[in-house]
Amino acid sequence: MTSRPWRDAKPRRVVAPTMSMRLGPQAGEVIDRAASITFEWNGRTYPAHRGDTIASALAACGVDVFSRSFKYHRPRGLLTASHLDPGCMVQVGDEPNVRGAHRLVEADMQVRSQDTWPSLSFDVKAANELVRRALPAGFYYKTFMSPGWLWPTYERVLERFAHGGVVGTQAPDGRPGRYDKRHAHPDVLVAGGGPAGMAAAVAAARAGSSVMLVEEEQQLGGHLRWGDDADLSALREMRALVETTPGIEVLTDSVVLGRYDSNWVSVLQRGLPEIDERLVKARVKTLVVAAGLIERPYVFAGNDVPGVMLSTAVRRLVNLYAVKPGERAVVLAANAAGDAAAADLERVGVDVVRVEDARTGGDVVAVRGRGRVRSVQTADGQSIDCDLVVTATGWTAAVSLLTMAGDVPRYEPSAARFMPDLARLSVDVMATGGIVGDGTLEELVAHADATGREAARRAAAVAATRRSASPTATVEDAGSGDAMPAIVPPTLPVNPHPELFRGRTHGIVDFSEDVSSKDLFSAVAEGYRSAELAKRYTTATMGPAQGKLETVNAVAVVAEATGQTIAETGTTTWRPPYAPVTLGALAGREREPIRRSPMQAWHESHGSTTLVAGAWVRPDHYGDPAAEATAVREGVGIIDVTPIGKLDLRGPDVARLLNLVYVNKWSKLEVGRVRYGVMCGEDGVVIDDGVTGRLGDEHYLMSTTSSGAAAIWAWLESWLQTDHPQWQVHVTPVTTSYASINVAGPDSRELLGRVVDDLDIGPEAFPYMHVRTGRVAGVEGCVLWRIGFTGELSFELHVPAGYGLHVWEALLEAGRDLGVRPFGIEAQRILRLEKGHFIIGQDTDGLTRAYSAGLDGLVKLDKDDVAGMPELRWQHDQRDGPRLVGLRTADGSLVPVEGSQLVDRDGRICGRVTSSRLSPSLGRSVCLGQLDAEHAQPGTQVTVRLIDGTTAAAVVTEHLAQVDPEGSRLRG
Amino acid sequence: MILLPCPWCGPRDSEEFGYVGEIGARPDPRTATQQQWRDYLYLRRNVAGWASERWYHRMGCRRYLVIERDSTTNEIRQSRPETPRSKP
Repeated sequence: MTSRPWRDAKPRRVVAPTMSMRLGPQAGEVIDRAASITFEWNGRTYPAHRGDTIASALAACGVDVFSRSFKYHRPRGLLTASHLDPGCMVQVGDEPNVRGAHRLVEADMQVRSQDTWPSLSFDVKAANELVRRALPAGFYYKTFMSPGWLWPTYERVLERFAHGGVVGTQAPDGRPGRYDKRHAHPDVLVAGGGPAGMAAAVAAARAGSSVMLVEEEQQLGGHLRWGDDADLSALREMRALVETTPGIEVLTDSVVLGRYDSNWVSVLQRGLPEIDERLVKARVKTLVVAAGLIERPYVFAGNDVPGVMLSTAVRRLVNLYAVKPGERAVVLAANAAGDAAAADLERVGVDVVRVEDARTGGDVVAVRGRGRVRSVQTADGQSIDCDLVVTATGWTAAVSLLTMAGDVPRYEPSAARFMPDLARLSVDVMATGGIVGDGTLEELVAHADATGREAARRAAAVAATRRSASPTATVEDAGSGDAMPAIVPPTLPVNPHPELFRGRTHGIVDFSEDVSSKDLFSAVAEGYRSAELAKRYTTATMGPAQGKLETVNAVAVVAEATGQTIAETGTTTWRPPYAPVTLGALAGREREPIRRSPMQAWHESHGSTTLVAGAWVRPDHYGDPAAEATAVREGVGIIDVTPIGKLDLRGPDVARLLNLVYVNKWSKLEVGRVRYGVMCGEDGVVIDDGVTGRLGDEHYLMSTTSSGAAAIWAWLESWLQTDHPQWQVHVTPVTTSYASINVAGPDSRELLGRVVDDLDIGPEAFPYMHVRTGRVAGVEGCVLWRIGFTGELSFELHVPAGYGLHVWEALLEAGRDLGVRPFGIEAQRILRLEKGHFIIGQDTDGLTRAYSAGLDGLVKLDKDDVAGMPELRWQHDQRDGPRLVGLRTADGSLVPVEGSQLVDRDGRICGRVTSSRLSPSLGRSVCLGQLDAEHAQPGTQVTVRLIDGTTAAAVVTEHLAQVDPEGSRLRG
Repeated sequence: MILLPCPWCGPRDSEEFGYVGEIGARPDPRTATQQQWRDYLYLRRNVAGWASERWYHRMGCRRYLVIERDSTTNEIRQSRPETPRSKP
């Protein structure tokens, strides 16, 4: 081990960490030295100042190693000291994958390193460095394949090596994450709060636009923040301008996630007091991308050793956080930023031993060291002892948002970077700042100012177009005829820059995914010769930075390996999200609409068990569904059926519509009559059923299934608008305008008579399948029809919804001596099953055409047109497909699970049980099923295969109804 | 995310609409062969480029409308109210 006097001179503190690397006050520092706080890192207490990030506080205390790399578990330190820093993902409390170089320290924060076992300083898994040959890129396609019986073992072993932190199921204080959503409509959204972004925002706001300025860091300013005095002074001015110009909403610690069609832009906002994260969905008129330049790492041996960092990392640490990045430095500078970093280091007392100027042939060949840089070999062959290697080898334009808007970046060899192809951008997206070109601060600001003004002009034009596109637009909305001329921003110079991607040795290209340039060469040698293929095979650029640090180097290495130019190799495609986003933010607040009938509160306070059916909550039963069903068969019961779809149909052509959508005939339905109908789709499959009654010459009320209420309305409208606009029919949904109550049982007429006073409801005056309107319990305008889903004498009342509870309670009161009780959905299911009434979606499925649902008598094929007519005709002619049958198990106490298969003598599946319940009336099970036609004759023996694999005998019943098959109770 | 130009409501976000499908003629149900009818039910041209398609403004005016859209760029050229499907 070479001696490192400058290092050994530092006193080793074993007890309490102190800020040994903290510098004196810096002109642009963001820490508040007056506010001292402490936090925990891997169980030890560390000091910090308010304004420190986790990484800067730890670096101030001399911490070198923050994590271990993904595959090889090599120690990693700070590389960029920004939110993209790949070595700095830490666990904060129960939150994994926190960006330690971005997250601000809070008092008593508990921070741990991720993915290190047993500890950060000694990681057993580093032993897999030794088996590096077994774990090249794509190893999972080659190794750990056989034998197959070892897969569970491989899984358990590889699990321990999987990357990432720990997700707690609950926050330490027990509260779930708080997420929120917001819709915004800014005229101009500026992505990026550096000098160009600020200038564009101010210019757009001054031109009259509402502006949203989004900045990923906690303050505006971009690279000005760690610049020289002139930069800091410009920063103060620009910040003041942003603050005082009206119309600019600033979102810091927020990131634009993606740009979608028609400039729909999503923004993830953090740093809000009461909310963890808020997803802002913005419809933006003009998007201005000022995302700037990201510094690129240099690829060489040892480039991931702690102590190797980028020039921006050094400048941030020194100028923003007053942290000394090391004691003895070698700087590789290919541009002005490298020079400035060297100057900053010298200013704060770091011994800058050598500046390798890449512009004149300087280079860094390899770094030696493991937990920290020990020495570096330079181009002239010398080995220099140091603990800090700084590289400034080039910039990558952050063009992701632009590519989401259709840009295909071009490689500019003289500038050694990809530039956006501004001509391909759609008119609602613009770019400014470092992304577009270089130049002095004044030149960049001038470009941004013009861009902002043009963005505002375009936004105003879009606003005018949208206003005039509205059908209620007036002449004024069309806008003044004299449109402002377009403002063309001045051209920015593009500075030449040497092409430096990979040095003379192999090094890490993707720090997060642990992909080296050697891996990329291997991938190319194996045939993955394009950037897209090599990316997918090696996973390079697929880490949390999503290529921002890695793509250009990866492309350059692939180009090298294939012998092509970088321009020929091209880049991979950037897709949203721009930055990783939590699922919580995407989910937002829990805000599901719930529908309740006017009587639902009554049900719940009377012991109902809730059933969730779509958006509705309904009473499943009140404690004893069998008893409820028995009450209906023997006395009277009432059920809340409000969710039933109801459609009011008016006009002279309603009967035509009914004939078109129902399989049966409707032209001769008289006023006061009700008819049952079934609807099929154009493929002949049963889609809905219900009863429709004629209330007047041109007035009908249609009922549908509850789940079909919205779909059937759209279905009717589709026929009326698409095929028969000449028919005069008005459709009005009244599902929620009426509360619906079914009064069922032998005593139902008696009960109803006690609450209806203006109507004769006797058997001759109000026969089966008729409809009346009248006054129920004093409520006018009720619709009553006499139908019978449950198979008993019953009446369905549709009461204006506001009076639903009143009528419900009136019925219960009036029928006390009759023993009236409410019954729920479960009892209704039992009752209808006893009567063999099918439920669409339960006894039918997506392939059940009309004849397979027992509707032979209902389908009338001699009509002009009906939805699905050809399919119905073909099914009728071919007599194929399964049939709906009733089933009776030999053992009455056996209630087969719904879905149990029916098998024939040879064990082949020939059907299934679709509905199955224990019948209280019969004291035995009753079933409906779908059964292939050849077995569907009444009396046929079939075998039920139960879910435990055993079988049971059953027979096909004579009728679908097993209780009162003649239906005498209904018509009484 | 696409802005759809509803002829009655103006430009609205596509989430307010239901996509119904390609415009296609409905064969005469009385004379269609099985092949013709099932082509109508299940086959689509699925053009990469400009096509007319039907949308339903379910969270708006609840009218059916026809839009011309380029499926490769989502550019929308024109929209008009629903018109009767031509019958052969």
